[in-house]
Amino acid sequence: MNIIKVYGSGCANCKRLEAMCTEVIQENNLDASIEKVTDIQEIMKTGILSTPGLEINGKMISSGKLPTKSTLVHWIQDNIN
Amino acid sequence: MKNKLLILLSFLLLWILIYLNLNVFTDFIVYSILGMQRNTHLTDAVWFFVFEVPKVLLLLTLIVLGVGIVRSYFSPERTRKMLGGKKLFTGNVMASTLGIVTPFCSCSAIPLFLGFVESGVPLGVTFSFLIAAPMINEVALVLLFGLFGWKTALLYMLTGLLIAMLSGYIIGRLKLEKYVEPWVYKIKAGHLEIAEEKVPFADRITGGIDAVKEIVAKVWIYIVIGIAVGAGIHGYVPENFMASLMGKSAWWSVPIAVILGVPMYSNAAGIIPIVQALLEKGASLGTVLAFMMSVIGLSLPETIILKKVLKIQLIGIFIGVVATGIIIVGYLFNLVFA
Repeated sequence: MNIIKVYGSGCANCKRLEAMCTEVIQENNLDASIEKVTDIQEIMKTGILSTPGLEINGKMISSGKLPTKSTLVHWIQDNIN
Repeated sequence: MKNKLLILLSFLLLWILIYLNLNVFTDFIVYSILGMQRNTHLTDAVWFFVFEVPKVLLLLTLIVLGVGIVRSYFSPERTRKMLGGKKLFTGNVMASTLGIVTPFCSCSAIPLFLGFVESGVPLGVTFSFLIAAPMINEVALVLLFGLFGWKTALLYMLTGLLIAMLSGYIIGRLKLEKYVEPWVYKIKAGHLEIAEEKVPFADRITGGIDAVKEIVAKVWIYIVIGIAVGAGIHGYVPENFMASLMGKSAWWSVPIAVILGVPMYSNAAGIIPIVQALLEKGASLGTVLAFMMSVIGLSLPETIILKKVLKIQLIGIFIGVVATGIIIVGYLFNLVFA
């Protein structure tokens, strides 16, 4: 099971990123679950300074960015099993 | 790579061509296609609108593209690294300047604040960054430049920088660490090693284009409204309608503009219609810019977010110091632009 985590305390971009991840997973029939992390202490533990942060299987992929859909598809496909 | 550069070059060429011939196009649309009579109020207003909308959008596209490419060289993580261990004054100067070029969204104010403070960036230096980043942004500068000329844009940037540096410096000197919520200093933040991979220039161009798409999609409507307001009141509302209320002779206008501006929140583009209308009708530049700075630089929502990490005393001092700075700048503008 692949785990995708979206870090963010509820800003507009964080919600968009989470929704986009859900879309990508459904459209491509991928085996992955999405977790939303909103606790600021948890967010800080990752070391990112800007939200949303995107982590796939324990690897921080990006922070502070809302990627385009095609970029996100690449990121997810390259980092899951 | 070659392809991207070629596209960029042809875009620049096309841009220059259109920009330099805008008044020809406008004449053609207004007089030939719409068949309007010269020298009437209505024609002037329509001409102004047809000319200004593409002009400001062109400027916005170019600057956002440029800034997007420049920003790809910066990140909050890298900025923090540069600011770590800097002395108060130097740190404030650097933090304010970096605030302009580092990509930042005020929704990330908390993680950024925590990350900076936790890694040893002084409180005052962190504040310089947090003040400059939202207040001085490319959208505000482009709009000021496009609508009111380069002097206004430059002055806005320089005085904005000055406010960020000095306010941060003062907050640093006052030693206000005791008004930061204690848990902030106990937080254990991870340290992410940012991969310093070489990003090809083509990707930076793509990033710039993405920035243009995102920002233009978000702000074009405000620009159209702002220019429509400007065009609409052009010949219709009496010229000095606002002069007695917000003109230079009204000394109280600057502080009142700031007091009104602080609780209001808008992005730089959203405030432009109001700025346009006020200026057009005789409000003085200093008063209007002070209003604009306080609306986009000091926002209630951001301050409420900061309440999580700062005690109310520090928030009060922060608002007080910055607001005072903006008021001084407002008076200065009114004095210089006599």
